[in-house]
Amino acid sequence: MKLIIAMIQPHKLPDVKKALFDADVHKMTVTNALGCGQQKGFMETYRGVITEVNLLKKTRIEIAVNEDFLEPTIEAIIKGARSGNIGDGKIFVLDLADCVRIRTGEKGREAIG
Amino acid sequence: MFRRIRNILGGGVLVLLGLAGTAACEPQAGAASQTGVDTLWVLMTAFLVFFMQAGFGMVEAGFIRAKNVCNILTKNFLDFCMASLGFFIFGYALMFGDGNGFMGFTGWFLSGAKSGSGVPLYAFWLFQAAFCGAAATIVAGGMAERMKFPAYLIYSFLISAFIYPIVGHWIWGGGWLSKMGFADFAGSTVVHALGGVAALVGTMMLKPRTGKYNADGSANVIAGHSIPLASLGVFILWFGWFGFNPGSTLSVGNGELIARVAINTNLSAAMGGIVAMATVWKMFGKPDLSMAMNGALAGLVAITAPCAFVDPWASIVIGAIAGGLVVMGVVVLDKLKIDDPVGAVPVHCLNGIWGTLSVGIFGKAALGLAHDGLLYGGGFKQLAIQALGVGSVLLFIVFSMGIVFKLIDIFLGLRVSREEELKGLDIGEHGMESYAGFQIFTTQ
Repeated sequence: MKLIIAMIQPHKLPDVKKALFDADVHKMTVTNALGCGQQKGFMETYRGVITEVNLLKKTRIEIAVNEDFLEPTIEAIIKGARSGNIGDGKIFVLDLADCVRIRTGEKGREAIG
Repeated sequence: MFRRIRNILGGGVLVLLGLAGTAACEPQAGAASQTGVDTLWVLMTAFLVFFMQAGFGMVEAGFIRAKNVCNILTKNFLDFCMASLGFFIFGYALMFGDGNGFMGFTGWFLSGAKSGSGVPLYAFWLFQAAFCGAAATIVAGGMAERMKFPAYLIYSFLISAFIYPIVGHWIWGGGWLSKMGFADFAGSTVVHALGGVAALVGTMMLKPRTGKYNADGSANVIAGHSIPLASLGVFILWFGWFGFNPGSTLSVGNGELIARVAINTNLSAAMGGIVAMATVWKMFGKPDLSMAMNGALAGLVAITAPCAFVDPWASIVIGAIAGGLVVMGVVVLDKLKIDDPVGAVPVHCLNGIWGTLSVGIFGKAALGLAHDGLLYGGGFKQLAIQALGVGSVLLFIVFSMGIVFKLIDIFLGLRVSREEELKGLDIGEHGMESYAGFQIFTTQ
Protein backbone atom coordinates (compact mmCIF):
# COMPACT_ATOMS: atom_id res chain seq x y z
CA MET A 1 0.00 0.00 0.00
CA LYS A 2 1.27 3.43 -0.92
CA LEU A 3 0.27 6.98 -0.11
CA ILE A 4 0.63 9.39 -3.00
CA ILE A 5 0.95 13.07 -2.15
CA ALA A 6 0.93 15.41 -5.13
CA MET A 7 1.50 19.16 -5.10
CA ILE A 8 0.01 20.74 -8.19
CA GLN A 9 -1.01 24.12 -9.62
CA PRO A 10 -4.50 24.95 -8.33
CA HIS A 11 -5.85 25.68 -11.78
CA LYS A 12 -4.77 22.22 -12.94
CA LEU A 13 -7.10 20.49 -10.46
CA PRO A 14 -9.99 20.08 -12.89
CA ASP A 15 -7.67 18.43 -15.43
CA VAL A 16 -6.06 16.18 -12.82
CA LYS A 17 -9.43 15.13 -11.45
CA LYS A 18 -10.62 14.25 -14.94
CA ALA A 19 -7.47 12.23 -15.67
CA LEU A 20 -7.84 10.36 -12.37
CA PHE A 21 -11.48 9.56 -13.03
CA ASP A 22 -10.55 8.31 -16.50
CA ALA A 23 -7.98 6.02 -14.84
CA ASP A 24 -10.70 4.70 -12.53
CA VAL A 25 -9.32 6.46 -9.44
CA HIS A 26 -12.23 8.05 -7.61
CA LYS A 27 -11.00 8.51 -4.05
CA MET A 28 -8.88 11.46 -3.03
CA THR A 29 -8.42 14.23 -0.48
CA VAL A 30 -7.76 17.75 -1.73
CA THR A 31 -6.44 20.63 0.37
CA ASN A 32 -5.47 24.20 -0.23
CA ALA A 33 -1.78 24.76 0.44
CA LEU A 34 0.87 27.44 0.25
CA GLY A 35 4.39 26.62 -0.81
CA CYS A 36 7.38 27.38 -2.91
CA GLY A 37 9.66 25.33 -5.06
CA GLN A 38 11.74 26.20 -8.05
CA GLN A 39 9.07 28.50 -9.43
CA LYS A 40 9.65 32.18 -8.79
CA GLY A 41 6.84 34.07 -7.11
CA PHE A 42 4.81 36.75 -8.79
CA MET A 43 4.83 40.51 -8.40
CA GLU A 44 1.93 42.14 -6.69
CA THR A 45 1.44 45.88 -6.50
CA TYR A 46 -0.48 47.51 -3.73
CA ARG A 47 -0.90 51.29 -3.58
CA GLY A 48 2.26 51.85 -5.55
CA VAL A 49 4.43 49.45 -3.62
CA ILE A 50 5.71 46.45 -5.54
CA THR A 51 6.15 43.26 -3.56
CA GLU A 52 7.13 39.78 -4.52
CA VAL A 53 4.81 37.07 -3.31
CA ASN A 54 6.85 33.88 -3.11
CA LEU A 55 4.65 31.50 -1.17
CA LEU A 56 2.35 30.46 -3.96
CA LYS A 57 -1.06 28.90 -3.85
CA LYS A 58 -0.79 25.18 -4.45
CA THR A 59 -3.20 22.31 -4.25
CA ARG A 60 -2.29 19.16 -2.35
CA ILE A 61 -3.84 15.86 -3.35
CA GLU A 62 -3.58 12.74 -1.19
CA ILE A 63 -4.49 9.34 -2.58
CA ALA A 64 -3.97 5.98 -0.89
CA VAL A 65 -3.58 3.13 -3.42
CA ASN A 66 -2.76 -0.55 -3.67
CA GLU A 67 0.37 -1.44 -5.66
CA ASP A 68 -1.44 -2.27 -8.90
CA PHE A 69 -2.96 1.23 -8.96
CA LEU A 70 0.28 3.07 -8.17
CA GLU A 71 1.59 3.62 -11.71
CA PRO A 72 -1.79 4.44 -13.33
CA THR A 73 -2.48 7.02 -10.62
CA ILE A 74 0.91 8.69 -10.98
CA GLU A 75 0.54 8.74 -14.76
CA ALA A 76 -2.90 10.29 -14.48
CA ILE A 77 -1.66 13.05 -12.17
CA ILE A 78 1.20 13.83 -14.54
CA LYS A 79 -1.13 13.81 -17.52
CA GLY A 80 -3.46 16.31 -15.87
CA ALA A 81 -0.92 18.57 -14.18
CA ARG A 82 1.95 18.84 -16.66
CA SER A 83 2.29 22.03 -18.67
CA GLY A 84 6.04 21.77 -19.18
CA ASN A 85 6.76 24.94 -17.21
CA ILE A 86 8.49 25.36 -13.87
CA GLY A 87 5.88 25.13 -11.13
CA ASP A 88 3.98 22.10 -12.37
CA GLY A 89 4.58 20.45 -9.00
CA LYS A 90 5.86 17.22 -7.46
CA ILE A 91 4.59 13.81 -6.56
CA PHE A 92 5.72 12.03 -3.37
CA VAL A 93 5.14 8.32 -2.84
CA LEU A 94 5.23 6.98 0.71
CA ASP A 95 4.88 3.49 2.13
CA LEU A 96 1.61 3.15 3.94
CA ALA A 97 1.67 1.00 7.09
CA ASP A 98 -2.02 0.30 7.31
CA CYS A 99 -5.46 1.56 6.41
CA VAL A 100 -8.74 1.10 8.30
CA ARG A 101 -12.22 1.76 7.01
CA ILE A 102 -14.07 3.17 10.00
CA ARG A 103 -17.54 2.03 8.97
CA THR A 104 -16.76 -1.69 8.66
CA GLY A 105 -13.48 -2.13 10.49
CA GLU A 106 -11.88 -3.62 7.33
CA LYS A 107 -8.11 -3.30 7.17
CA GLY A 108 -5.40 -3.19 4.53
CA ARG A 109 -6.08 -3.82 0.81
CA GLU A 110 -9.86 -4.10 1.21
CA ALA A 111 -10.06 -0.86 3.15
CA ILE A 112 -8.36 1.05 0.33
CA GLY A 113 -10.17 -0.55 -2.60
CA MET B 1 -35.50 69.50 31.34
CA PHE B 2 -35.29 67.77 27.97
CA ARG B 3 -38.83 68.79 27.19
CA ARG B 4 -37.98 72.41 27.82
CA ILE B 5 -35.00 72.24 25.48
CA ARG B 6 -37.18 70.64 22.84
CA ASN B 7 -39.75 73.42 23.22
CA ILE B 8 -37.08 76.07 22.80
CA LEU B 9 -35.73 74.30 19.70
CA GLY B 10 -39.23 73.88 18.31
CA GLY B 11 -39.90 77.57 18.78
CA GLY B 12 -36.70 78.41 16.95
CA VAL B 13 -37.68 76.29 13.96
CA LEU B 14 -41.08 77.98 13.85
CA VAL B 15 -39.44 81.41 13.80
CA LEU B 16 -37.18 80.29 10.94
CA LEU B 17 -40.11 78.88 8.99
CA GLY B 18 -41.93 82.17 9.51
CA LEU B 19 -38.99 84.07 8.05
CA ALA B 20 -38.84 81.72 5.08
CA GLY B 21 -42.57 82.22 4.60
CA THR B 22 -42.28 85.99 4.36
CA ALA B 23 -39.41 85.71 1.91
CA ALA B 24 -41.42 83.43 -0.36
CA CYS B 25 -44.30 85.90 -0.45
CA GLU B 26 -42.40 88.28 -2.67
CA PRO B 27 -43.28 87.41 -6.30
CA GLN B 28 -39.76 87.26 -7.78
CA ALA B 29 -38.36 85.18 -4.94
CA GLY B 30 -41.30 82.79 -5.36
CA ALA B 31 -40.51 82.05 -9.02
CA ALA B 32 -36.83 81.57 -8.22
CA SER B 33 -37.58 79.11 -5.44
CA GLN B 34 -39.72 76.93 -7.73
CA THR B 35 -36.71 76.35 -9.99
CA GLY B 36 -34.59 75.99 -6.89
CA VAL B 37 -36.76 73.25 -5.44
CA ASP B 38 -36.92 71.45 -8.80
CA THR B 39 -33.13 71.64 -9.04
CA LEU B 40 -32.79 70.27 -5.53
CA TRP B 41 -35.08 67.39 -6.45
CA VAL B 42 -33.28 66.54 -9.68
CA LEU B 43 -29.85 66.75 -8.05
CA MET B 44 -30.91 64.69 -5.07
CA THR B 45 -32.32 61.95 -7.29
CA ALA B 46 -29.20 62.17 -9.49
CA PHE B 47 -27.17 61.41 -6.36
CA LEU B 48 -29.44 58.43 -5.67
CA VAL B 49 -28.98 57.16 -9.23
CA PHE B 50 -25.23 57.59 -8.81
CA PHE B 51 -25.42 55.41 -5.71
CA MET B 52 -26.93 52.63 -7.84
CA GLN B 53 -23.41 52.26 -9.21
CA ALA B 54 -22.49 50.89 -5.78
CA GLY B 55 -25.50 48.59 -5.99
CA PHE B 56 -24.41 47.19 -9.35
CA GLY B 57 -20.89 46.78 -8.00
CA MET B 58 -22.01 44.81 -4.94
CA VAL B 59 -24.47 42.59 -6.87
CA GLU B 60 -21.87 41.70 -9.45
CA ALA B 61 -19.12 41.21 -6.86
CA GLY B 62 -21.33 38.94 -4.78
CA PHE B 63 -22.40 36.78 -7.70
CA ILE B 64 -18.90 35.96 -8.95
CA ARG B 65 -15.92 34.12 -7.49
CA ALA B 66 -13.60 35.75 -4.97
CA LYS B 67 -10.64 35.65 -7.36
CA ASN B 68 -12.31 38.14 -9.76
CA VAL B 69 -13.89 40.64 -7.37
CA CYS B 70 -11.20 43.30 -7.56
CA ASN B 71 -11.50 43.15 -11.35
CA ILE B 72 -15.28 43.58 -11.48
CA LEU B 73 -15.20 46.45 -8.98
CA THR B 74 -12.48 48.22 -10.95
CA LYS B 75 -14.70 47.90 -14.02
CA ASN B 76 -17.74 49.24 -12.17
CA PHE B 77 -15.73 52.09 -10.77
CA LEU B 78 -13.97 53.10 -13.95
CA ASP B 79 -17.01 52.82 -16.20
CA PHE B 80 -18.70 55.59 -14.27
CA CYS B 81 -15.58 57.71 -14.69
CA MET B 82 -15.47 56.93 -18.41
CA ALA B 83 -19.21 57.52 -18.79
CA SER B 84 -18.99 60.90 -17.08
CA LEU B 85 -16.26 62.10 -19.40
CA GLY B 86 -17.73 60.54 -22.53
CA PHE B 87 -21.16 61.94 -21.80
CA PHE B 88 -19.67 65.38 -21.16
CA ILE B 89 -17.54 65.53 -24.30
CA PHE B 90 -19.80 63.86 -26.90
CA GLY B 91 -22.81 62.22 -25.28
CA TYR B 92 -24.92 65.15 -24.23
CA ALA B 93 -24.59 66.83 -27.63
CA LEU B 94 -25.64 63.66 -29.45
CA MET B 95 -28.54 63.07 -27.08
CA PHE B 96 -30.01 66.51 -26.43
CA GLY B 97 -28.40 68.78 -29.05
CA ASP B 98 -30.27 70.18 -32.03
CA GLY B 99 -30.11 67.89 -35.01
CA ASN B 100 -32.30 65.44 -36.87
CA GLY B 101 -34.50 62.57 -35.73
CA PHE B 102 -31.49 60.25 -35.49
CA MET B 103 -29.02 62.28 -33.41
CA GLY B 104 -28.17 65.76 -32.15
CA PHE B 105 -25.14 67.77 -33.29
CA THR B 106 -24.81 70.79 -30.99
CA GLY B 107 -23.40 71.33 -27.54
CA TRP B 108 -20.08 69.44 -27.59
CA PHE B 109 -18.38 69.79 -24.19
CA LEU B 110 -21.73 71.30 -23.07
CA SER B 111 -20.74 74.57 -24.73
CA GLY B 112 -23.90 76.23 -25.96
CA ALA B 113 -25.98 73.27 -24.81
CA LYS B 114 -29.49 73.75 -23.52
CA SER B 115 -31.17 71.99 -20.63
CA GLY B 116 -33.79 69.41 -21.62
CA SER B 117 -36.16 70.45 -18.84
CA GLY B 118 -36.98 73.32 -16.48
CA VAL B 119 -33.95 72.80 -14.27
CA PRO B 120 -30.51 74.32 -14.99
CA LEU B 121 -28.36 72.58 -17.60
CA TYR B 122 -25.74 71.32 -15.15
CA ALA B 123 -28.31 69.66 -12.90
CA PHE B 124 -30.04 68.08 -15.89
CA TRP B 125 -26.67 66.90 -17.25
CA LEU B 126 -25.69 65.26 -13.96
CA PHE B 127 -29.00 63.39 -13.78
CA GLN B 128 -28.61 62.16 -17.37
CA ALA B 129 -24.95 61.26 -16.87
CA ALA B 130 -25.86 59.06 -13.90
CA PHE B 131 -28.33 57.21 -16.16
CA CYS B 132 -25.67 56.81 -18.81
CA GLY B 133 -23.32 55.27 -16.24
CA ALA B 134 -26.02 52.81 -15.20
CA ALA B 135 -26.49 51.63 -18.79
CA ALA B 136 -22.75 51.13 -19.21
CA THR B 137 -22.24 49.19 -15.99
CA ILE B 138 -24.94 46.57 -16.69
CA VAL B 139 -22.62 44.97 -19.23
CA ALA B 140 -19.82 44.34 -16.70
CA GLY B 141 -21.91 41.64 -15.00
CA GLY B 142 -22.76 39.73 -18.15
CA MET B 143 -19.13 39.67 -19.28
CA ALA B 144 -17.68 39.07 -15.82
CA GLU B 145 -14.78 36.77 -14.92
CA ARG B 146 -13.16 36.60 -18.35
CA MET B 147 -13.10 39.99 -20.11
CA LYS B 148 -9.85 41.93 -20.42
CA PHE B 149 -9.74 45.15 -18.45
CA PRO B 150 -8.39 47.47 -21.22
CA ALA B 151 -11.08 46.14 -23.56
CA TYR B 152 -13.70 47.05 -20.98
CA LEU B 153 -12.36 50.57 -20.59
CA ILE B 154 -12.61 51.21 -24.32
CA TYR B 155 -16.05 49.64 -24.54
CA SER B 156 -17.38 51.76 -21.64
CA PHE B 157 -16.19 55.00 -23.24
CA LEU B 158 -17.70 54.11 -26.62
CA ILE B 159 -21.09 53.06 -25.29
CA SER B 160 -21.52 56.14 -23.11
CA ALA B 161 -20.11 58.68 -25.55
CA PHE B 162 -21.88 57.45 -28.70
CA ILE B 163 -24.24 54.50 -28.52
CA TYR B 164 -26.33 55.26 -25.45
CA PRO B 165 -26.77 58.94 -26.43
CA ILE B 166 -28.02 58.08 -29.93
CA VAL B 167 -30.72 55.78 -28.54
CA GLY B 168 -31.44 58.38 -25.88
CA HIS B 169 -31.94 61.00 -28.58
CA TRP B 170 -34.52 58.85 -30.35
CA ILE B 171 -36.59 58.51 -27.20
CA TRP B 172 -35.85 61.41 -24.85
CA GLY B 173 -34.06 63.96 -27.02
CA GLY B 174 -36.91 64.70 -29.45
CA GLY B 175 -35.89 62.04 -31.98
CA TRP B 176 -38.06 59.94 -34.28
CA LEU B 177 -39.45 57.56 -31.64
CA SER B 178 -40.51 60.31 -29.26
CA LYS B 179 -42.36 62.01 -32.17
CA MET B 180 -44.32 58.79 -32.74
CA GLY B 181 -45.56 58.80 -29.15
CA PHE B 182 -43.25 56.06 -27.90
CA ALA B 183 -43.34 56.12 -24.10
CA ASP B 184 -40.45 55.09 -21.85
CA PHE B 185 -40.81 57.09 -18.68
CA ALA B 186 -37.49 56.35 -16.96
CA GLY B 187 -35.65 54.03 -19.30
CA SER B 188 -36.75 50.38 -19.53
CA THR B 189 -35.60 50.59 -23.14
CA VAL B 190 -33.09 53.44 -23.08
CA VAL B 191 -31.09 52.16 -20.12
CA HIS B 192 -32.00 48.55 -19.39
CA ALA B 193 -32.87 46.87 -22.67
CA LEU B 194 -29.87 48.69 -24.16
CA GLY B 195 -27.47 47.54 -21.43
CA GLY B 196 -28.97 44.06 -21.34
CA VAL B 197 -28.67 43.48 -25.09
CA ALA B 198 -25.13 44.84 -25.10
CA ALA B 199 -24.36 42.35 -22.32
CA LEU B 200 -25.94 39.55 -24.38
CA VAL B 201 -23.90 40.40 -27.47
CA GLY B 202 -20.76 40.64 -25.35
CA THR B 203 -21.21 37.42 -23.43
CA MET B 204 -21.99 35.49 -26.62
CA MET B 205 -18.82 36.82 -28.24
CA LEU B 206 -16.73 36.02 -25.18
CA LYS B 207 -18.00 32.42 -24.98
CA PRO B 208 -18.78 30.76 -21.62
CA ARG B 209 -16.40 30.71 -18.67
CA THR B 210 -14.05 27.74 -18.55
CA GLY B 211 -15.79 24.89 -16.74
CA LYS B 212 -19.31 26.30 -16.98
CA TYR B 213 -20.65 23.73 -19.45
CA ASN B 214 -19.82 20.05 -19.78
CA ALA B 215 -19.18 18.31 -23.07
CA ASP B 216 -22.72 16.86 -22.99
CA GLY B 217 -24.18 20.38 -22.73
CA SER B 218 -25.20 20.26 -19.08
CA ALA B 219 -24.39 23.31 -16.95
CA ASN B 220 -22.20 23.37 -13.84
CA VAL B 221 -22.74 25.57 -10.82
CA ILE B 222 -20.17 28.34 -10.48
CA ALA B 223 -21.46 29.74 -7.22
CA GLY B 224 -21.14 33.40 -6.28
CA HIS B 225 -18.72 34.02 -3.44
CA SER B 226 -20.81 36.32 -1.23
CA ILE B 227 -24.58 36.31 -0.97
CA PRO B 228 -24.45 39.04 1.73
CA LEU B 229 -22.67 41.41 -0.69
CA ALA B 230 -25.14 40.61 -3.45
CA SER B 231 -28.09 41.26 -1.10
CA LEU B 232 -26.61 44.57 -0.04
CA GLY B 233 -26.28 45.43 -3.72
CA VAL B 234 -29.93 44.63 -4.42
CA PHE B 235 -31.08 46.76 -1.48
CA ILE B 236 -28.90 49.64 -2.70
CA LEU B 237 -30.31 49.29 -6.22
CA TRP B 238 -33.89 49.23 -4.93
CA PHE B 239 -33.12 52.34 -2.87
CA GLY B 240 -31.47 54.04 -5.82
CA TRP B 241 -34.45 53.23 -8.02
CA PHE B 242 -36.47 55.65 -5.89
CA GLY B 243 -34.25 58.25 -7.52
CA PHE B 244 -34.20 56.63 -10.95
CA ASN B 245 -37.99 56.57 -11.47
CA PRO B 246 -39.47 59.34 -9.30
CA GLY B 247 -36.58 61.64 -10.27
CA SER B 248 -37.52 61.27 -13.93
CA THR B 249 -40.43 63.63 -13.27
CA LEU B 250 -37.65 66.27 -13.34
CA SER B 251 -39.85 68.62 -11.32
CA VAL B 252 -41.73 68.58 -8.03
CA GLY B 253 -44.68 70.46 -9.53
CA ASN B 254 -46.93 67.40 -9.76
CA GLY B 255 -46.82 65.66 -6.39
CA GLU B 256 -49.41 63.12 -7.43
CA LEU B 257 -47.22 61.95 -10.33
CA ILE B 258 -44.13 61.53 -8.13
CA ALA B 259 -46.11 59.60 -5.55
CA ARG B 260 -47.64 57.31 -8.19
CA VAL B 261 -44.24 56.60 -9.72
CA ALA B 262 -42.77 55.82 -6.30
CA ILE B 263 -45.52 53.43 -5.18
CA ASN B 264 -45.56 51.64 -8.55
CA THR B 265 -41.79 51.21 -8.42
CA ASN B 266 -41.98 49.67 -4.98
CA LEU B 267 -44.96 47.37 -5.64
CA SER B 268 -43.50 45.96 -8.85
CA ALA B 269 -40.17 45.18 -7.19
CA ALA B 270 -41.89 43.50 -4.25
CA MET B 271 -44.09 41.34 -6.47
CA GLY B 272 -41.16 40.48 -8.72
CA GLY B 273 -39.23 39.18 -5.72
CA ILE B 274 -42.16 37.11 -4.48
CA VAL B 275 -42.99 35.54 -7.83
CA ALA B 276 -39.36 34.75 -8.68
CA MET B 277 -38.94 33.11 -5.29
CA ALA B 278 -42.16 31.09 -5.71
CA THR B 279 -41.25 30.04 -9.25
CA VAL B 280 -37.79 28.82 -8.32
CA TRP B 281 -39.19 27.10 -5.21
CA LYS B 282 -41.72 25.22 -7.32
CA MET B 283 -39.26 24.35 -10.08
CA PHE B 284 -36.19 23.38 -8.04
CA GLY B 285 -37.51 22.71 -4.54
CA LYS B 286 -35.85 25.53 -2.59
CA PRO B 287 -36.45 29.28 -2.28
CA ASP B 288 -33.18 30.47 -3.80
CA LEU B 289 -32.30 33.94 -2.47
CA SER B 290 -30.18 34.87 -5.48
CA MET B 291 -33.15 34.24 -7.76
CA ALA B 292 -35.59 36.15 -5.50
CA MET B 293 -33.21 39.11 -5.62
CA ASN B 294 -32.97 38.88 -9.40
CA GLY B 295 -36.78 38.87 -9.37
CA ALA B 296 -36.99 42.14 -7.44
CA LEU B 297 -34.51 43.71 -9.86
CA ALA B 298 -36.58 42.36 -12.76
CA GLY B 299 -39.68 44.01 -11.30
CA LEU B 300 -37.79 47.29 -10.98
CA VAL B 301 -36.53 47.14 -14.56
CA ALA B 302 -39.98 46.30 -15.92
CA ILE B 303 -41.80 49.09 -14.08
CA THR B 304 -39.27 51.70 -15.18
CA ALA B 305 -41.06 52.48 -18.46
CA PRO B 306 -44.70 52.30 -17.32
CA CYS B 307 -44.38 53.66 -13.75
CA ALA B 308 -46.01 57.01 -14.59
CA PHE B 309 -48.77 55.67 -16.83
CA VAL B 310 -50.30 52.79 -14.86
CA ASP B 311 -52.32 52.23 -11.68
CA PRO B 312 -50.79 50.42 -8.71
CA TRP B 313 -52.67 47.16 -9.39
CA ALA B 314 -51.13 47.08 -12.87
CA SER B 315 -47.65 47.56 -11.44
CA ILE B 316 -48.20 44.44 -9.32
CA VAL B 317 -49.16 42.45 -12.42
CA ILE B 318 -46.17 43.83 -14.33
CA GLY B 319 -43.86 42.88 -11.45
CA ALA B 320 -45.38 39.39 -11.20
CA ILE B 321 -44.75 38.66 -14.87
CA ALA B 322 -41.23 40.10 -14.56
CA GLY B 323 -40.49 37.75 -11.65
CA GLY B 324 -41.56 34.70 -13.65
CA LEU B 325 -39.76 35.90 -16.76
CA VAL B 326 -36.42 36.29 -15.02
CA VAL B 327 -36.38 32.70 -13.74
CA MET B 328 -37.36 31.33 -17.15
CA GLY B 329 -34.71 33.54 -18.72
CA VAL B 330 -31.95 32.16 -16.52
CA VAL B 331 -33.00 28.56 -17.26
CA VAL B 332 -33.29 29.13 -21.02
CA LEU B 333 -29.91 30.90 -21.23
CA ASP B 334 -28.26 27.88 -19.60
CA LYS B 335 -30.02 25.61 -22.10
CA LEU B 336 -28.64 27.76 -24.93
CA LYS B 337 -25.17 27.65 -23.32
CA ILE B 338 -25.03 31.43 -22.98
CA ASP B 339 -23.05 32.11 -19.82
CA ASP B 340 -24.28 35.19 -17.98
CA PRO B 341 -22.69 35.08 -14.50
CA VAL B 342 -24.98 37.56 -12.75
CA GLY B 343 -28.20 37.33 -14.77
CA ALA B 344 -27.77 40.67 -16.55
CA VAL B 345 -29.60 39.47 -19.66
CA PRO B 346 -32.73 38.04 -17.99
CA VAL B 347 -33.01 41.01 -15.64
CA HIS B 348 -32.22 43.93 -17.92
CA CYS B 349 -32.79 42.73 -21.48
CA LEU B 350 -35.88 40.54 -21.10
CA ASN B 351 -37.58 42.77 -18.56
CA GLY B 352 -36.57 45.97 -20.29
CA ILE B 353 -38.47 44.63 -23.29
CA TRP B 354 -41.38 43.43 -21.17
CA GLY B 355 -41.62 46.74 -19.31
CA THR B 356 -41.64 48.72 -22.53
CA LEU B 357 -44.39 46.55 -24.01
CA SER B 358 -46.43 46.67 -20.81
CA VAL B 359 -46.94 50.41 -21.34
CA GLY B 360 -49.05 49.51 -24.39
CA ILE B 361 -51.12 47.07 -22.36
CA PHE B 362 -51.72 48.74 -18.98
CA GLY B 363 -51.07 52.41 -19.82
CA LYS B 364 -53.80 55.06 -19.59
CA ALA B 365 -54.13 58.13 -21.78
CA ALA B 366 -55.57 59.93 -18.73
CA LEU B 367 -52.15 59.59 -17.09
CA GLY B 368 -50.30 61.26 -19.94
CA LEU B 369 -49.88 58.54 -22.56
CA ALA B 370 -50.49 59.22 -26.27
CA HIS B 371 -53.08 56.44 -26.61
CA ASP B 372 -54.94 54.23 -24.14
CA GLY B 373 -53.40 50.81 -23.65
CA LEU B 374 -54.90 47.50 -24.78
CA LEU B 375 -56.85 46.99 -21.54
CA TYR B 376 -58.41 50.44 -21.68
CA GLY B 377 -59.90 50.12 -25.13
CA GLY B 378 -57.10 51.83 -27.03
CA GLY B 379 -56.52 48.76 -29.16
CA PHE B 380 -53.05 47.84 -30.36
CA LYS B 381 -51.99 51.37 -31.33
CA GLN B 382 -49.74 52.13 -28.34
CA LEU B 383 -48.56 48.52 -28.10
CA ALA B 384 -47.47 48.61 -31.74
CA ILE B 385 -45.50 51.83 -31.18
CA GLN B 386 -43.84 50.30 -28.10
CA ALA B 387 -42.95 47.13 -29.99
CA LEU B 388 -41.54 49.08 -32.92
CA GLY B 389 -39.50 51.27 -30.57
CA VAL B 390 -37.95 48.53 -28.49
CA GLY B 391 -37.43 46.36 -31.57
CA SER B 392 -35.52 49.03 -33.45
CA VAL B 393 -33.38 49.80 -30.39
CA LEU B 394 -32.53 46.10 -30.06
CA LEU B 395 -31.52 45.90 -33.72
CA PHE B 396 -29.41 49.04 -33.47
CA ILE B 397 -27.61 47.77 -30.34
CA VAL B 398 -26.95 44.29 -31.71
CA PHE B 399 -25.49 45.88 -34.82
CA SER B 400 -23.46 48.68 -33.19
CA MET B 401 -22.22 46.74 -30.15
CA GLY B 402 -21.43 43.81 -32.41
CA ILE B 403 -19.09 46.06 -34.36
CA VAL B 404 -17.60 47.64 -31.22
CA PHE B 405 -16.84 44.28 -29.57
CA LYS B 406 -15.57 42.77 -32.82
CA LEU B 407 -13.16 45.67 -33.39
CA ILE B 408 -11.91 45.49 -29.79
CA ASP B 409 -11.47 41.73 -30.20
CA ILE B 410 -9.41 42.18 -33.36
CA PHE B 411 -7.15 44.99 -32.13
CA LEU B 412 -6.85 44.25 -28.42
CA GLY B 413 -8.47 40.91 -27.64
CA LEU B 414 -11.64 40.62 -25.64
CA ARG B 415 -10.88 37.61 -23.50
CA VAL B 416 -8.03 36.79 -21.10
CA SER B 417 -6.00 33.59 -21.49
CA ARG B 418 -7.31 30.35 -20.01
CA GLU B 419 -4.48 30.31 -17.49
CA GLU B 420 -5.25 33.83 -16.31
CA GLU B 421 -8.95 33.02 -16.10
CA LEU B 422 -8.22 30.04 -13.86
CA LYS B 423 -5.81 31.98 -11.65
CA GLY B 424 -8.24 34.85 -11.41
CA LEU B 425 -8.37 38.27 -13.04
CA ASP B 426 -7.48 40.02 -9.78
CA ILE B 427 -3.87 38.85 -10.00
CA GLY B 428 -3.79 38.67 -13.79
CA GLU B 429 -5.20 42.11 -14.61
CA HIS B 430 -4.54 44.14 -11.47
CA GLY B 431 -1.77 42.37 -9.57
CA MET B 432 -3.70 42.53 -6.31
CA GLU B 433 -6.17 40.40 -4.44
CA SER B 434 -9.63 41.34 -3.14
CA TYR B 435 -9.18 39.36 0.04
CA ALA B 436 -5.51 39.55 0.95
CA GLY B 437 -4.65 37.23 3.83
CA PHE B 438 -7.52 34.85 3.11
CA GLN B 439 -6.94 31.46 1.59
CA ILE B 440 -9.22 31.20 -1.37
CA PHE B 441 -9.62 28.16 -3.59
CA THR B 442 -8.69 29.04 -7.15
CA THR B 443 -9.12 25.50 -8.39
CA GLN B 444 -12.30 25.96 -10.40
